[in-house]
Amino acid sequence: MGYPHKSHPRETPVLSKYFGDAEARTLEGWKARGGYKALAQALSTDPVAIQNIVKESGLRGRGGAGFPTGLKWSFMKLGDGKPHYLCCNADESEPGTFKDREIMRWTPHGLIEGCAIAAHAIGAETCYIYIRGEFTEPIAVMERALAEARAAGIIGDNAMGSGKKVNIWVHRGAGAYICGEETALMNSIEGRRGNPRIKPPFPAVAGLFGMPTTINNVETLAAVPHILNNGPEWYKAMCLGSPKSNGSKLFSVCGNVARPGNYEVVMGFSFKEFLYDLCGGPLPGRKFKAIIPGGSSVPVITIEEAEQVKMDYEGFMEFGTMLGSGGVIIFDDAQSMPKQLARLARFYAHESCAQCTQCREGTAWMTKILERIVAGDGTFEDLDTIFELTESMTGKTICVLSDSCGAPVCSGITRFRGEFEALIKGKRSSTVTVTA
Amino acid sequence: MSHGPSATGGAALQGAPHGHHDDPYVPVLTPGSTPRAKLDDILSRYPTRQAGLLPALWIVQDERGWISEHAMKEVGDVLGLTAAYVKGVVTFYTMYHQHPVGTWFIQVCTTSCCNCMGAEDVVKAFLQQTGCGELGLTSPDGKYTVIEVECLGACGFATPIMVNDDFIDSMSVERVPEILKKYC
Ligand SMILES: Cc1cc2nc3c(=O)[nH]c(=O)nc-3n(C[C@H](O)[C@H](O)[C@H](O)COP(=O)(O)O)c2cc1C
Ligand code: SF4
Ligand code: FES
Repeated sequence: MGYPHKSHPRETPVLSKYFGDAEARTLEGWKARGGYKALAQALSTDPVAIQNIVKESGLRGRGGAGFPTGLKWSFMKLGDGKPHYLCCNADESEPGTFKDREIMRWTPHGLIEGCAIAAHAIGAETCYIYIRGEFTEPIAVMERALAEARAAGIIGDNAMGSGKKVNIWVHRGAGAYICGEETALMNSIEGRRGNPRIKPPFPAVAGLFGMPTTINNVETLAAVPHILNNGPEWYKAMCLGSPKSNGSKLFSVCGNVARPGNYEVVMGFSFKEFLYDLCGGPLPGRKFKAIIPGGSSVPVITIEEAEQVKMDYEGFMEFGTMLGSGGVIIFDDAQSMPKQLARLARFYAHESCAQCTQCREGTAWMTKILERIVAGDGTFEDLDTIFELTESMTGKTICVLSDSCGAPVCSGITRFRGEFEALIKGKRSSTVTVTA
Repeated sequence: MSHGPSATGGAALQGAPHGHHDDPYVPVLTPGSTPRAKLDDILSRYPTRQAGLLPALWIVQDERGWISEHAMKEVGDVLGLTAAYVKGVVTFYTMYHQHPVGTWFIQVCTTSCCNCMGAEDVVKAFLQQTGCGELGLTSPDGKYTVIEVECLGACGFATPIMVNDDFIDSMSVERVPEILKKYC
């Protein structure tokens, strides 16, 4: 169900089936809907067997990078005598993305079940759910559900009477997009500034508190109980496009669109039908112009390109962009692309952790130049400078925040060059009002 | 993070008034107190004391409304960290206040997804109607502080705002008076 809307008949509600259903938030309500059966089964199953089921299902990480989840789990060396950790990434700060928020608000026990199964599968006794500090309501809902699960003995020192220890705690962030990056997240839990770490060592070798650690996104973990309940073949069969992209996926839709919200569709769904049927098309009297399909860090595409896309990892790549986190940002013909991209650059400049010179200086200069163009003081050389800057900001820093600034900006200049040139020539395009 | 690069002006909070003191400092985390019991319970979840730093800062801010230099020293003493180290962490995260703010701290998202839906007009309306005038400044009656923030993770519900710990979505210019009536 595409909260806040009723489920569209063409959606495939797996994770979102109970969005908006307040009873599903309680332990009793969740059990009545089939909850915690998968965990009971998992706790008596060999961890490697669970890893294999998840591998077979084809589940890929929903946090942005799309790394195969079962494979990631298999990097954790079982029986090495060290404490292992699971971190659930609920930092959700990527502009355009607001799906993990709804998963936590409506199905907190589904996430707890997924975390507990994953913890067992990687040999971890402790899981921290790192929730961004601004998410006061999701934090309260998760805390309440965890207290219920603890009181009922579902998690704790003897989870469901299995003799296995599974403790799950919420760790509240304090405002920093960069803490969604996995190694920055670990530093933040450890009580440090949220600076990303240089890899290697990778988290599976030396992560949280120097111990083997796995980090997974909320949506990734919430899918796991469904895979165990229905079998990997069922999950794998949810596929309308590339065989490398399976399952259902939540897409958050925002910006200039008739029905913004979350929609869950099978991988490979037609983006055109998605945009016009499910999301209701443009606002009255407007036309879609540009789309950033995977959260603000991926390249922007035109509506003409978007209408040909199949919504899966490979489908978006065919058009030079990415599925990312599934945050679909829509701009219509009333928006100024230079202005919106300047605002995005400002986001990255504000959120840079400032460790790497290319990122700290690059994001700041990018913003300055774009804002100058928007103000009507830009030159044609400025456009070239932006591409040069991007070159020096891509693939050369500790994490990819730096790359993420150039991606939407450069693709936007390439595709909407006319709007930039009009501003530089001092002729404001007739459909565009620039106020910044 | 709050140390924004200078070229873009950094965080709005840096323009806030100076000279707020909390002398004499009354400790928050005294052994036997409720906040201390809360912190000790949280510490039992982690293998190191340092991991209690973000939670401890939240506890102090919940009690006092902001985190003073004295408070940083107190937190450091309890966790075995220097005051300078604690300050380094406090300044990294945007949600910790390093000076007192208005009774109602209003945060408005203006990142692109909300921007294209009119978030800037919401900010203007708040600045005018609260009497704050400028971002990051507290209104003369001490009631309000308004700041712009980056994506609040609720982009489909443009424009989301936070008033202290309350999350309010679908804010519009028209709804500003209603909100200010509720938080007065
Ligand atoms: C700057 C930056 C911010 C990120 N923010 C998030 C986030 O908010 N949530 C998330 O799940 N992953 C985020 N990621 C990706 C994580 O580093 C990591 O790949 C992911 O949590 C792994 O989980 P998955 O394999 O289940 O996708 C971010 C990455 C970067 C570079
Ligand atoms: S690329 Fe930017 S955000 Fe990432 S570590 Fe370097 S300075 Fe920090
Ligand atoms: S951009 Fe405003 S909530 Fe995400």
